[in-house]
Amino acid sequence: MITAGIDCGSKNIKVVILKEINILSTASVLSGFDQEESAQQALNNSLEKAGIKRDDIKHITATGAGMEAISFADDNVTTVTCDGRGAFFLFPSARTIIDIGAEEGLVVKLDENGRVKDFGINEKCAAGAGAFIEAMSRALEVNIEKMGELSLKSTKQIPMNAQCTIFAESEVVSLIHQKTSKEDIIHAVHDAIADRNTSMIRQIGIEKDVALIGGVANNIGFVDAMNKNLGFELLVPKDGVAPEYVSALGAALMAQDKIGG
Amino acid sequence: MSNAESEKEYWRWTETRYTNPDLNWENADIISAGVDVGSVSTQAVIMLDGEIYCYSSMRTGSNSPDSANNAMDWALEGTGLTLDKIQYVVGTGYGRVNVSFAKRAITEIACHARGANFIYGPEIRTVLDMGGQDCKAIRCDQRGKVTAFLMNDKCAAGTGRGMEVFADLLQVHINDVGKMSLEIEKEPEPVSSTCVVFAKSEAVGLLRKGWPKEKVLAAYCSAMAHRVVTLLSRLGIEEKFAITGGIAKNIGVVKRIEDELKLKAPEPNIDPQIAGAIGAALFAKALVEKERKKA
Amino acid sequence: MTKANYGYKDGSGEYFITIDTDLCNSCGKCIEACPESVLEMAENELDPLGDEIIAIVSEEHRKKIKYSCAPCKGGEKKELPCVKVCEPSALSHSW
Repeated sequence: MITAGIDCGSKNIKVVILKEINILSTASVLSGFDQEESAQQALNNSLEKAGIKRDDIKHITATGAGMEAISFADDNVTTVTCDGRGAFFLFPSARTIIDIGAEEGLVVKLDENGRVKDFGINEKCAAGAGAFIEAMSRALEVNIEKMGELSLKSTKQIPMNAQCTIFAESEVVSLIHQKTSKEDIIHAVHDAIADRNTSMIRQIGIEKDVALIGGVANNIGFVDAMNKNLGFELLVPKDGVAPEYVSALGAALMAQDKIGG
Repeated sequence: MSNAESEKEYWRWTETRYTNPDLNWENADIISAGVDVGSVSTQAVIMLDGEIYCYSSMRTGSNSPDSANNAMDWALEGTGLTLDKIQYVVGTGYGRVNVSFAKRAITEIACHARGANFIYGPEIRTVLDMGGQDCKAIRCDQRGKVTAFLMNDKCAAGTGRGMEVFADLLQVHINDVGKMSLEIEKEPEPVSSTCVVFAKSEAVGLLRKGWPKEKVLAAYCSAMAHRVVTLLSRLGIEEKFAITGGIAKNIGVVKRIEDELKLKAPEPNIDPQIAGAIGAALFAKALVEKERKKA
Repeated sequence: MTKANYGYKDGSGEYFITIDTDLCNSCGKCIEACPESVLEMAENELDPLGDEIIAIVSEEHRKKIKYSCAPCKGGEKKELPCVKVCEPSALSHSW
């Protein structure tokens, strides 16, 4: 049975097409201002990649901040549940899941059967999410994909006082005027956002193994900062499925559960 | 900076200086000064026996120690008065430790309360200061002494910087934002997100939907006013209520705050942006008097 | 009753530690009780012409109080160590 999961994020809409436990294809499209249209586009892209037709999909489950906007989904399941389902599928030893997206961060605690037993959401403040790194990359005039590797080249720890994305932009500009190296600034940026998220995770309680998913998990600088803060290595999806698709994967798996696939 | 470049700087508000033509510093007993170094703007106020003699208000720029010196130099320009003749200087604001010629640093909360008391009179019990990178709510007594305060300098929403970001986004000069935000037929729904980063994305969406700039500005000023009022409500509002800081000059925000509180804030006849520096200069005078008593 | 509110409001909520500077007796127990060094003893900023030393939230933590206090706030609703140890009840949290 083939199912699809659509994760309607604030920045990107991700689709995963699943056949039993095999991922046939994935696709991502910018959410833009018409989320339904973008979701349709992402689904079409994914269908094309998989070489199948819309009718081949037996059930579509939507998740993510904008899931209500997807009228062609068969049902909606919360991000917390999909994150848990998707991450546990990839890492059965995971008991704490951290999902850092463009605009919000989530922490989900699972029991040994992969069921959600607790969660926390850090939202509505850009400084704790991907939007912070994106804004800093613009202020530094660095390609966002390069932020991670540059941060690992840093040689000096510098403090970052601003706790707000807007103020941090001004602080970065003034650090550049003071001739601070970009690598050191970028490292400080990652430390700042990792610190914020680590504190929130401590509030929920850390139980190993800890998995990191969501778009920001692609950033090796951020992952490194998180590993250092927690004192151990986080599990990050690498082969097979990229971290930003784990929520959509979870949704597709929920769809499988629904139709008994 | 070329004219073409300064034309694009929508956030650039007017820098000012002033000398009181009726006073002569040579006749003064106590010459005191206050320098308020904010993250966005710096003010220097020189007082003669507790009356304003001269002042300046300018952008802090990227070098905050320099800005204290520049503001002081500009304030003294043309007066013949020199720094060495000022008996006591108090530094305040975010960059107060960078005022090299100050004898003491005093928190801006205390200085703003004193300054508001000076500008608006002893009936003032609640002050709302909306600065460049912070927002303060202060309760004070008839002497301008603080009885409660709340400061938010963590988040850009509700600050001048947040407003500058919007002015830039909509390509409207910051001086015009307030006026334009009132040029609407019906008050729109405020922008839903209080985070400036998210509000920006929302605003772009609204513009694409065909909203005119005035309406988008109204939505943002409304969100800002509401946010600031909820902060103020945490302290409780006792009349008389006054607004200081750069944003006090934005009638779009001020009017919406007044509407929500159902209170009118008095119009200042002194630039509200210098309130902190005034308070600092008054503390400087008090400290001279204290030193004299000890001697 | 003179209330100093240290903290902030951002998109995600309001986070303030309130210290009543009149009630604070400068005992310093809250500073010892806090595992994150959020509190410290300093000159009363609201009374610049006086000489009192009282408890304040350090400048370093004022803008990240939500994160600094997060470790104490997890789990069941237990009493915060700083609030518990303050005899005059001068200290409180808004969240």
